[in-house]
Amino acid sequence: MEILMSILIGILFTAATYLMLSKSLLRIIVGTGLLSHGAHLLLLTMGGLKTGAAPLLGENAEFYTDPLPQALILTAIVISFGVTSFFLVLAYRSYKELGTDNMDNLRGTDRHE
Amino acid sequence: MSLLHWAILSPFIMALFVPFFYKYFRKIHTGWFVLILPIILFTYFFQFISETMNGRNIYETVPWIPSIGINFSAYLDGLGLLFALLITGIGALVILYSIYYLSKEKEALHNFYIYLLMFMGAMLGVVLSDNVLVLYTFWELTSLSSFLLIGYWYQREKSRYGAQKSMLITVFGGLAMLAGFILLSIMTNTFSIREMISQVATLPEHTLFIPAMLLVLLGAFTKSAQFPFHIWLPDAMEAPTPVSAYLHSATMVKAGIYLVARFSPIFAGSFEWFWIVSSVGIITLFWGSFTAVKQTDLKSILAFSTISQLGMIMSLLGLGSAALHYDHLDKNIYMAATVAAVFHLINHATFKGSLFMVVGIVDHETGTRDIRKLGGLMGVMPITFTLAVIGTFAMAGIPPFNGFLSKEMFFTGVVNAAKLGIFNMETWGLLFPIIAWIASVFTFIYSMILVFKTFTGNYQPEKLDVKPHEAPIGMLIPPIILASLVIIFGPFANILSQSIIEPAMASIQPSLLGENGTYHVHLYYWHGWNIEIFMTMGVIALGTIMFITLLKWSKIYDVFPKRLTLNKLYDGGLVALERSSYKLNKFYMTGFIRDYLVMIFAFMIVVLLSSLFIKDAFAFTTTNSAPIGIYEVVLALVMVAATVAILFAKSRLTSIISLGVVGYSVSLFFVLFRAPDLALTQLIVETVSVALFLLCFYHLPELKLKPKPLSFRLPNLVISLGVGTVVTLLALSANGTKLFDSISSYFVEASYKEAGGKNMVNVILVDFRGFDTLFEIAVLCIAALGIFTMIRLRLTRGKEG
Repeated sequence: MEILMSILIGILFTAATYLMLSKSLLRIIVGTGLLSHGAHLLLLTMGGLKTGAAPLLGENAEFYTDPLPQALILTAIVISFGVTSFFLVLAYRSYKELGTDNMDNLRGTDRHE
Repeated sequence: MSLLHWAILSPFIMALFVPFFYKYFRKIHTGWFVLILPIILFTYFFQFISETMNGRNIYETVPWIPSIGINFSAYLDGLGLLFALLITGIGALVILYSIYYLSKEKEALHNFYIYLLMFMGAMLGVVLSDNVLVLYTFWELTSLSSFLLIGYWYQREKSRYGAQKSMLITVFGGLAMLAGFILLSIMTNTFSIREMISQVATLPEHTLFIPAMLLVLLGAFTKSAQFPFHIWLPDAMEAPTPVSAYLHSATMVKAGIYLVARFSPIFAGSFEWFWIVSSVGIITLFWGSFTAVKQTDLKSILAFSTISQLGMIMSLLGLGSAALHYDHLDKNIYMAATVAAVFHLINHATFKGSLFMVVGIVDHETGTRDIRKLGGLMGVMPITFTLAVIGTFAMAGIPPFNGFLSKEMFFTGVVNAAKLGIFNMETWGLLFPIIAWIASVFTFIYSMILVFKTFTGNYQPEKLDVKPHEAPIGMLIPPIILASLVIIFGPFANILSQSIIEPAMASIQPSLLGENGTYHVHLYYWHGWNIEIFMTMGVIALGTIMFITLLKWSKIYDVFPKRLTLNKLYDGGLVALERSSYKLNKFYMTGFIRDYLVMIFAFMIVVLLSSLFIKDAFAFTTTNSAPIGIYEVVLALVMVAATVAILFAKSRLTSIISLGVVGYSVSLFFVLFRAPDLALTQLIVETVSVALFLLCFYHLPELKLKPKPLSFRLPNLVISLGVGTVVTLLALSANGTKLFDSISSYFVEASYKEAGGKNMVNVILVDFRGFDTLFEIAVLCIAALGIFTMIRLRLTRGKEG
């Protein structure tokens, strides 16, 4: 199962990178979204996918899945949500102000103003 | 802190008070206050002559950074004393001269004297330091204060150019010298020059010996304006004339000479030292004197003359090192070269200092330094003329002045060098006297140009801005003192030999001391009819002929050196350096975010893949793996389909919705892998995110109208496939090599017992690892505040509307 997940994560990373290298700001944000999904799944996979009960003591099971990666991923999800939403609004505002979402037009120049 | 330390530091302390003098005693020229210090210092150092004459050296040390062996050690021996006397003596004269040279109304005198005192202190520090790092500190301070002094009239572009040039070249050499010092300290395990010298027996075998020597020499050559690093000195002539007289003839440019002399006991035994020092010196001697003839500016002539004379001293120091290879002390003819170096060092300081002052007087009284405008000043300025004659004749090596004697000794040195039986000198040795002789002819010519083109010939008052007249007496006193020294050190040179030269020789060639630990130097003004006197007569004869016929042959300068100058190389080099670094920056700093991302990703791929290969870290095992379930496979396929759909989506709406599909699949994965909290959170977060995406972009009409598919680009594909592969490989390898078990069994046991919760994930989040959660909340708060600010705060609008 881990091998399958690794390949899936690789595909997510490939797509995310490809999107991040595009010109449109929106696609870049979509790419970062995909990238964070990939990272979260990678965390989960690396923690081990052995079957066991959900990490709830009320289950009274013999084996539980590892609770630590889950806690880490939960933190990561919330943080990436915060960053993504900030980034989205930033993109929205920059589009409103500058009238473009093409990264080639949003270039820095040598001119000092 | 001993008195000697205070003597070194006193100029710096004095410099602190200069602004007060300048501000509160406006009526008195600030220089008068400053003048007191070098006079005191000179008398203080003067009394040490009796000590060093008897071989007693003074060593005082104060710990500075004792933990790494850096101590402020002052060491006063014959060589250090000679330089200290030069620095303070000529310093006093130059300050006296500057009082009359610089106007107290028009000039920023406080700056001038602060820089000058800084320089004096730094120079004293250089020649009296025993610790190489302290020496280096003072060395850089001389570069810095020289930079400030050259750029004293900073409104002029040429001053700034000259200051920058000298700074770049001398600091380049200074840094090389620092590297050499560090190599030396690695070899000897000490920073003290004296302790280095005591280990000299074992040093030449060390592998770092030659690199250390080359680096130290690089520092000495740049500072002392040796070929090809001499180019900064003519441009440094933009400084006020007292500065040129002090720094660029008598003291700072001799710091390199000092360094070579000081490190002679360590390096001088080797073949490389002999060749590099003597040949660089002789080339500089020739080039400087050859180029000086074509100059039209008086200070430029003096600058090139300084270069040439420094080359002469340098070559003498190199030739003198041959003495170490001969045992018979009494008949050691090569020691005479070092004696000549020391003697000429003193002579040069006297006549060159006075010549600079003379030129300064001419400039001050006529308003120009261009020899094409000058002439016939002999009747107007008789005293100045006399001083110029004494200085230039000494420089040209004409009796009865001191330059004659040192030039004779120089000829003795080069003639003996031709007889040297070691270091391939059988074949090349003859070049030394020939080049030296030709250079002396040129020296004679420019000396004559200097004095006769300025003071004889047609008097052209119409070309001058001011009406020339004799300088005030205060301005004349310093050159008069120096010129009288020029005369005294000629026939009565032996007053120097025991008091100054012998102790200095003991510092330069300590291994050659005689039986009772001293040298015996005796200078004969008249030394019989030998080859040297005929050489001098030849110089005078040919020089006179060439001076008279100057106009006929001076055209060779138009053909040759104008095209081939080192200045062009330097300027071109600077421009090329600037341009190429600009181009390099332009090449990779494109301003496109995509290019930067490509670089970052490519670097990541290369580093990670190569380290995987180098460490052979691939490990694929299925032993630890969980079994593959059908639900997971189906879900994975859905996810891949959604991902591909994002890539090929024509409209942005499709890609946003596909992203949503991926997110919901992730939350389904969380369900399948038994992570209920994650599934819940992911579901909500994904919903809100998609809503945000739609809110932000679906309602931007311009974007909706022009749906375009993602354009295909092969490099992007290669890079992203690379990233994906690397991540997959890393995941597989990490999964295959589990080194130890998880620590989570503790959480399973302790969740309820210690924390009182049954949901382990939540207990970890708020109890075991509550800190993470605190700051994750902070992140959310900041994001929310940031978004709010971004939407509400519109500073540009206000300006426009």
